[in-house]
This record gives sequence, C-alpha cells and structure tokens, in this order.
Amino acid sequence: MSPLLEVEGLTTSFPGPNGDIPVVDEVSFSIDQGEVLALVGESGCGKSMTALSVMRLVPKPGRIRQGRILMNGRDVRQLSIPEIRHLRGHEIAMIFQEPMTSLNPVVTVGVQVVEAIQLHESINKARARERTIELFERIGIPDAADRFDVYPHQLSGGLKQRVMIAMALSTRPKLLIADEPTTALDVTIQAQILELLRELQRESEMSILLITHDLGVVNELADRVAVMYAGRIVEAGTRLELLGHPSHPYTQGLLRSNPALAQPGKPLPEIPGVVPPAEEWPEGCRFANRCARVLEICESEVPESLALTATQSTCCHAVARERQNA
Amino acid sequence: MEDWIISNIVTALLLAGFVGAAAAVRSSRIWTDAAASLWRRRPIALLVVSFYVAVAILDSILWVGGVDAGEDVVSAHEAKSVIDRLFLDARERSYSAPLADVEFYGAKPLAHPGSHPMGTDIIGRDVVYMALKGIRVALLIGGLTSLIAIPLSLLFGISAGYFGGRVDDFVFFIMSTLASMPGLLLLIALIMAMGRSTLSICIALAVTSWVGFCRLVRGETLKLREQDYVHAARVLGVSEFQIVMRHILPNLTHLVIITFVLTFSGLVLSEAVLAWLGVGVDGSWGQMIDQARSELSRDPVVWWNITAAGLALFGLLLAVNMVGDAIRDILDPRTLRESS
Repeated sequence: MSPLLEVEGLTTSFPGPNGDIPVVDEVSFSIDQGEVLALVGESGCGKSMTALSVMRLVPKPGRIRQGRILMNGRDVRQLSIPEIRHLRGHEIAMIFQEPMTSLNPVVTVGVQVVEAIQLHESINKARARERTIELFERIGIPDAADRFDVYPHQLSGGLKQRVMIAMALSTRPKLLIADEPTTALDVTIQAQILELLRELQRESEMSILLITHDLGVVNELADRVAVMYAGRIVEAGTRLELLGHPSHPYTQGLLRSNPALAQPGKPLPEIPGVVPPAEEWPEGCRFANRCARVLEICESEVPESLALTATQSTCCHAVARERQNA
Repeated sequence: MEDWIISNIVTALLLAGFVGAAAAVRSSRIWTDAAASLWRRRPIALLVVSFYVAVAILDSILWVGGVDAGEDVVSAHEAKSVIDRLFLDARERSYSAPLADVEFYGAKPLAHPGSHPMGTDIIGRDVVYMALKGIRVALLIGGLTSLIAIPLSLLFGISAGYFGGRVDDFVFFIMSTLASMPGLLLLIALIMAMGRSTLSICIALAVTSWVGFCRLVRGETLKLREQDYVHAARVLGVSEFQIVMRHILPNLTHLVIITFVLTFSGLVLSEAVLAWLGVGVDGSWGQMIDQARSELSRDPVVWWNITAAGLALFGLLLAVNMVGDAIRDILDPRTLRESS
C-alpha cells in the first residue's frame, strides 16, 4: 500500500542577500494512513515551513524550489488553484499553536465551524448547525448547543483549541497537521487535548503530522518520529527507537535536556548554543558547531542518511565511522 | 424622472435600510449591547441626532397639490415636502425681527404678527423654516459623500493592504498624488469641472477626503492579513475573496463606523466653507451664513439669520461628535474586552 503522504527531496527557500536560503533542505518523509508522525526540533529549524509547504502555503517571498509532495498519489505541486483549495481543508486540515488568535473575533464560533463545513460540502445551514453541535459534543465542549452562539473571547484557551479542532475535523480530513497544538495551553489542558487527539485519530483512522518541540507530546501521540535540525531531517525512526536508542548526537542532546528525565540534584544538561539563523548555516553537517562528537569531516561534508534498522536512519559521520570500525 | 419622485424613492429605501439595520442590530448580541450602552451614555445627543434625521426625512417626502393656489399659481404646481407644508403661510414681505408684530424696516404691520420665533429674512421667509430646510442638505452632503468616499477607501485600502506589491504601489501613487494637491483648490476645480449640483459637490468632497481613511484601512488590513484566523481560513481552503469578505471586512466595521461619524461633521463644515466661496449647495446653512454676512453690517443689525444657521450647524455637529465619541469608545476592541 502506498503511503497517504509522501514527501521527497522537498526544498523550500527564501531569497536572501546572497542568493536563495533553503530553510527546508532536501526533506523526505512519508505518512501512512492512520499513522502519527512527529516532526521534532528546536524553534527555527523549518518544521512549520515543511508543513506549510505540504499545503503549498509558503508565505511570500518564499517558494518551493524542488521535490515531490504526493498526497494520495497526486502531486500537490501540480494541482490547479481550485484543486489545491479542495485539498486544503477537505483532505488536509491544520490546527495551530495559538488558539487565542486563530478564531475570527467578530463571528460566533458556531458560525465559523458551519462555514468551514459549508465550504466543502453542499449542505444547508440547519444541517450544518446540527453537525457542528454534534462535533462540539464529540470534542468535549460542555453545553455544546449554548456554546454555538458564543464569541471567541468568551471561551477559554482550551475550549478555543477544541473549537479549532472541531473546525479542522468538520470536513473529515485524511491528514491533520497539528502545529504545536498544545504549546500555548497549560499543562492539564495539554493532557486533555492530547488525549482527545489520540481518541479522534484512532476513531477515524486519520493520519497526523505532529509538529512539536516537546518530547513528552511525542511520547504521548507519535508512532514515528523525524528529528529536524536547521532545515534537514537528521534522524528518523519509530517512537520506541528514537526515544529508546537515539543515535544522532542532536537527538541524544534533546532527550538529555528533557526535564522529565533529569537526575535530581544535578544541573540539567543542555545543548550548547542555538540554531544558527538560516543564512549562517554551515556547510557540511549543520550541527557540527554544537556537536560534542564532531569530526573533521563534519565541517566539510554533508552526512549521508544511514539505515540503522529497517525503520531507523540517521545522518551522522560519527555514527557512520563507529559502525565501520565495529 | 422628476426630482421629487427620486427623492421619495430614496427616502423609502433609506427607511427600509433603517428598519433592516435595526433588525440586524436586534439579531446580534454584540450590537444590541452596543446600542444599549450608547443610549445609556449619550441619551440627549442621540435624541438631538434623531430629531435632525426625522426633520430631514420629513423634508424628503414630497408630493404635488393639496395647496391653495391663491395668488402664486406657479408654486401650487411644485412638489412640496411635509416641512414646506407646515410653513406654507408664513411668508412676509421683508425682514421681521424674532416674534415682532411689525416689519423691521418701516414698521408696516406683518401678515402673521408674533409667529416668527427667529424672524424672517430679506424676502420674508421664516428663518426657522430655512434652518430646518438646511438639515436635509447637511445630512445629504455628509451622508452621500461618505457613501462615495468610504467604499472607495475600503476598496483601495483593502486591495493595497491585502495584496501588496504592485497593487499597493498603484494605490499609494494615487494617494500621494491627491495628497500633494491643495485640497480646497482641487475641490473648487472639480466642482467647476462637473458643474455646480449637489451630486457633483458630494463627488468632489469625496475625492478630496477619502485618502486619510484609505491609509487607515490599508494599515489595518496589513495587520489583519497576518492574523492567525486568516491563516487558518487559508488552510481550510477559503478563497482570497471570501477571506476579504468574511475576515478582513467585518474586522474593519468599527473603523468604518467611527470614520463615518467623524468625517461626517468635517464634511458639513467643508460645505459651509464652499458656500462662503460661492460654490456651495443651494439651501445649505453655509449659504445662509454667507448671505447673512452682509446683513451684519446693516443698522440696526439683522442678527437672527446667522444665529439660526450657526445654532443649527452647531447643534448637529456637537450631537454627531458626541455620539461618534461614544460609538468609538463602545466599539474599541480594547474597551470591549475589558467590559466582557
């Protein structure tokens, strides 16, 4: 069976003072139906831009340079404007990080969901209203019928995120892109939203592309994980593989710096430095200047992807050399 | 079609619009709350504005006949409004001081002694009647001009802000060109070019006054374009046109209302300036003031003409501004959030 979404060699770039800067560089991944793929990485490493590229919504002046994006076997880059509009919302839906500002403040939340439904289905207002209230109930909004006529500012952050999820799911998409869906929420609400996403995903056999920097969220939800650093995927594998036996120094660093795994009494280990801005990405391995296991070759040559198991692969010269020596 | 028939049709449409707007306000809780809080804050100003609007509407309902021809056969066949009919036999032959019993110059007995609260003008027309007639003109100038200028600013401002690039450059070119010409000169030139009619004066005022609001709309659209809910709509597959109609435009409503109220008074004043330069609308307060200027040098002075026109103008502008301020406070999103 071919995967639901297949991305191959995707490169998205923004014009810079000295030529184009690829903020997403030769990224490849695939998502099967009913699978949850987590895209993990620090801020500014191109996760969101990858997601926007999949929907062909890269903000100007950026553009997709090369690569194939196959959704259900159709190349997203070849679709006409009406076709892509149908794809957005109907086949791929997206929820955002900031539920506070993701709803139009001057329209009641119910009407916003009704409009989302009517956008992709010819269905009358009354039916769409019923569907919306059912959805609200399903998504765990208390007093769903009363909440229909409420304006966004009258809802809490958690409820707003639920409304956003309801809107995204109203058209029964095959793939949901969740861009840091819990980052702006407090911890108890985070757990509820994650639980809800997992339930909905199992129920409807929907695939999720989960974008996050929170390894706790990855652990809760993901089947497979791809770790991104500075526009490239540096390591990919199943959740158990990556969280259990991370091989790339960056993944290892991320895991070590997770407060949940910290040893009491000792300072929390961190990865020194920050992701450099896109115009200063080094040649060779982009992690080289922050890496503890850096070799000479890392500065000059881009590491090839190396298959560790049938599902896990990594891009690291140090790991490759170790295996050669072993 | 004759003017008075058009006027009746427009009035009917306006009344229908009022009813529609009232129904829309009643159907949405935000607007009902806003209306209630407006009434709480500014009851008197609202009543004054309503009075002006009512007079203007009564002055716009016209029909022919029903008038005793008397000695003036021509005027019996002209369409007359409700206000005209109320003041039908209030004519004198010359000036009368307020509530006087005899003519101001010469002391001949008046036809209607003691019945002119603000006196009469040089050809014996009741001044209260003239001031009331001016209301329709003032509202017409303010309203019609806004009706031309605001959609124009919205169209240009939203396209410039939303689409950016070439469109933005183009709109900015037009705006800077207009802004670099002296307003009054352009105004007079336009009126001269189009001929002096109410409509052409409104168009000229609109052309010279839309730039400021357009700039405001452009800036606000630039901000709204980057809002998360606009991104969310795009992700859902909403077309650009729909995004503008559903997400940009409704979020500009408060700006439109505030600008409408505030430019309204500016426009009425501009007309007074134009009348003073001799290119105003017939029957406006500006014209009354212009004519009364020379009367101020008479001895004994004829003061009631200019007073009546000034008071009528002052009353309307004060009330409209007070209502406008209150509307701005009520619709400002920041105060909205605090109160909820």
